[in-house]
Amino acid sequence: MKSLEDLKKIREDMQKQMNLRAGDENRTRVVVGMATCGIAAGARPVLTAFVDEVSRRNLQQVMVTQTGCVGICRLEPVVEVFEPGKEKVTYVKLTEEKVKKIVSEHLANGRVVDAYTIGAAE
Amino acid sequence: MKELALNILDIAQNSIAAGASQIAIAVRESMAADQLTISVKDNGCGMEPEFLAKVTDPFTTTRKTRKVGMGIPLLKMEAEMSGGGLRIESKKGKGTSLTACFKRSHMDRPPLGDVVGTLMVLIQGAPDLEFTYTKETDQSAFQFSTAQVRALLGGVSLSEPDVLVWIRGYVEEGELELL
Repeated sequence: MKSLEDLKKIREDMQKQMNLRAGDENRTRVVVGMATCGIAAGARPVLTAFVDEVSRRNLQQVMVTQTGCVGICRLEPVVEVFEPGKEKVTYVKLTEEKVKKIVSEHLANGRVVDAYTIGAAE
Repeated sequence: MKELALNILDIAQNSIAAGASQIAIAVRESMAADQLTISVKDNGCGMEPEFLAKVTDPFTTTRKTRKVGMGIPLLKMEAEMSGGGLRIESKKGKGTSLTACFKRSHMDRPPLGDVVGTLMVLIQGAPDLEFTYTKETDQSAFQFSTAQVRALLGGVSLSEPDVLVWIRGYVEEGELELL
């Protein structure tokens, strides 16, 4: 049962981590396209899967955010990963299963999953 | 849209775009009346009467990227195809209220789907807004408000993954108690 006490514990943990972790400009940003085209193609479960996996693995250096239409509606759900000092990686036609692999391979271990990138799809 | 929860997400994003600071989402399921009602109310910029009169037309939209807006027309069609209808009330400067009714048992009614997932995505995208979610049945009701949570978080953002996962668990458990 989720209780308000659990939430207070999360608050305390988050406040400790916020003091320790890098500023937002030094964190990896995962940006999910959430326009109507993305929503209709399945972007909502993709976004919630990123949130779940990032929470489960306690990846403090990763931020999950949203944007509108990325402009490639036929390849939705589309997710862009911005790592400080590296080139942007665009993942396309994502599913919840693919998200798990991207989080474990790319976000946790720094290995881009080439098979899911726009380069492999085009 | 495969489920009504995605229509709710689409409509609530219009509310965010309209500059709302408060968005109330309600789902009412009545077995007795055989009716499912979803509503989204906001305190955004509202619409002029002339725009409101044509808002269900797919060639009416506020966005600049394309000249079609399919969200509201599709929801209206789904409601009417399943023995219900769509009502939108709006006042410039005050806000907008959208209500869609469906005959619950109608075979063409789309499934309600993951409304809690929709709520999670909305909060994640706009953590500073006030969202209220109400789920009502004939017997009882459950209500969740981001204001309650924010008061306990002491400056921690509602968009933090751990907080969102807690919110989803809390709301899902609250909904289960209605059954």
